Amino acid sequence: MSETLDARRLLCPLPVIRTQDKVVTLSPGARLTVIATDPGVLNDIPAWCRINGHRVLATRQEGREIEIDIEVGGDES
Amino acid sequence: MERQIKAVALISGGLDSMLAVRVMQEQGIHVEGINFFTGFCVEGHTHAIRKRDQKKPKRNNALWVAEMLGIKLHIIDIVDEYKDVLLHPKHGYGANMNPCLDCKIFMVKKALEWMEKNGFDFIITGEVVGQRPMSQRSDTMPVVANQSGAMDRLVRPLCGRNLPATLPEREGWIRREGLYDFSGRSRKPQMALARQYGFTDWASPAGGCCFLTDEAYSHKLVDLWQSRSSRDYDLDDILLLKVGRHVRPAPHFKLIVGREEGENNFLEGYRKEFIHLRCESHLGPLVLIDGDPNVEEMRLAAAIAARYSQGRMADSVEVSVHYRDGREERLTVAPLDPTQMPPEWML
Ligand code: SF4
Repeated sequence: MSETLDARRLLCPLPVIRTQDKVVTLSPGARLTVIATDPGVLNDIPAWCRINGHRVLATRQEGREIEIDIEVGGDES
Repeated sequence: MERQIKAVALISGGLDSMLAVRVMQEQGIHVEGINFFTGFCVEGHTHAIRKRDQKKPKRNNALWVAEMLGIKLHIIDIVDEYKDVLLHPKHGYGANMNPCLDCKIFMVKKALEWMEKNGFDFIITGEVVGQRPMSQRSDTMPVVANQSGAMDRLVRPLCGRNLPATLPEREGWIRREGLYDFSGRSRKPQMALARQYGFTDWASPAGGCCFLTDEAYSHKLVDLWQSRSSRDYDLDDILLLKVGRHVRPAPHFKLIVGREEGENNFLEGYRKEFIHLRCESHLGPLVLIDGDPNVEEMRLAAAIAARYSQGRMADSVEVSVHYRDGREERLTVAPLDPTQMPPEWML
């Protein structure tokens, strides 16, 4: 199952905070797509995923919109 | 098997908290970081907004520090709760609108709550005695420990040897000899320790970790409160104070003038909530109007907008006014001469 998080118009670090708050509600292996407009997410969300043991599956950019697919890791605390 | 001792560290993204964590890791402590988002943080925003900054790598320093240290980082949104800290600081403000002491107490208190909820044992910060005029003095450091409720579970690894022994020392979880005795404003000991650990890159925000230490920003914030006769704000208010040129010709309205493409794009996102002006006959900035000018004042606002357009030397500039209810009006005005703009209008 895949969920979507709308973080458009939010500036970093808010998209990261919203992603983090969403991910804690998901089970390991679940997938989440984050949609954002602040290009800062291109660095911050992958960095946040690496630190916290999640995986970035794909990143797409179309015009000002950025989509990042994440797979929730097994060790969220 | 011995229980793994765990500490939560306040991570600002600067060098001191980075070193403090590493000192504790050296002693075998499992550390996770916590970073608070107050809305005033220097991180991110303006870089995200301003086009000319977009070439620089944008990184969130707290995340970057966490990655360098190999620790988890929990970023916590405290925008709403922080209002009370900023609006009613028991210990007052620093040189500008920065309530550093109350801010530190609040953050350590939040870290304590997090520690208890997550079964951690103590809290660490990168504070150094005598480093900052308000929150890091020898007489205010115990205030942070006491009033936050953290008491002797608050460890400052960079200056711990100058302070009374904490619980983790007495319990033998950490060794006092492994702590440091830094004090004062010199950054040399930190630099030396950074070299020793092989850190070659770190962020060093001048003044402090947030916009409240900035004089120009604080001035705009106080102006916002005065104009509303109320010391209140929401996240959009404080973000908008970071963007554009703010010009207040009268107590009941001000103009927010985009300075470049990135700012204009950002301000576009607010055009439904504000009256806004565009220059039609020339290239010019998007201008938001915060407040409700009368007819005469609207002509003045248009003349100011024209002054920042490429028609600033022209005899007349056509400006469109877009009201919140969707109405549109065209004004033809002479750009305001800079000599007619008193310096006190510029916030
Ligand atoms: S500079 Fe800002 S964030 Fe840092 S302690 Fe002072 S008020 Fe708090």
